[in-house]
Amino acid sequence: MTYQEKKSITTLISAVLIFAIYCLYKYAQYPEEGMALEESIRYWGSFVLVLTLVSIIAHIVISIIFNIIFRITTGEKEPAFADELDKLIELKAHRNSFFLFILGFLLAMVSLATDQPLNLMFLILIASGFLSDVTGSITKLYHYRKGV
Amino acid sequence: MAKNLVGNHIRKLRFNHNEMTQQQLADKVGVTRQTIVALEKGNYSPSLELAFRISHAFGLPIEEIFFYGEDTSQ
Repeated sequence: MTYQEKKSITTLISAVLIFAIYCLYKYAQYPEEGMALEESIRYWGSFVLVLTLVSIIAHIVISIIFNIIFRITTGEKEPAFADELDKLIELKAHRNSFFLFILGFLLAMVSLATDQPLNLMFLILIASGFLSDVTGSITKLYHYRKGV
Repeated sequence: MAKNLVGNHIRKLRFNHNEMTQQQLADKVGVTRQTIVALEKGNYSPSLELAFRISHAFGLPIEEIFFYGEDTSQ
């Protein structure tokens, strides 16, 4: 298995784990039913902001650890640059990722337009953000294994 | 995934050029080893620029390295 394939799998697993652990942590802090609108918006706002921050830091740390382990186990250095194949796969991953996020965004707007609870809109947005992240990693893994 | 119609003789040519490694060829043409692996497996059709760089690395015209469809050089 190549560096890029291992990296895609690591990113995928770490994205799922970070999201699951963070959701479990925040679920415990979920306010009671019937909370004020301002409180609800503040809760979801902080949910997204902290998740973004935690994800970025965790991904950087995991990436560094991954590179160290890769060097130790294979004796090879990780590729220092992205060539045309990497960029092409990156573009395809971004395309699929954005497509899924836009779909989720539109679904969230539908939930607003059809008088669904505000919480549902935020849940759809967060879920589509997570799924788009996962889709990006899966797309990369697929193209590195099967070709472009 | 549709099978690539552009094939190549890179593996054979590497062998004929003092058993050049994938990494050596990758360094010569400015790509990662993974891209050479994908090319040899037929999983990727290179850009025209990369095809020219590979042909310069082997000192051969492009048509002696790459072929479209069935390989008729045998």
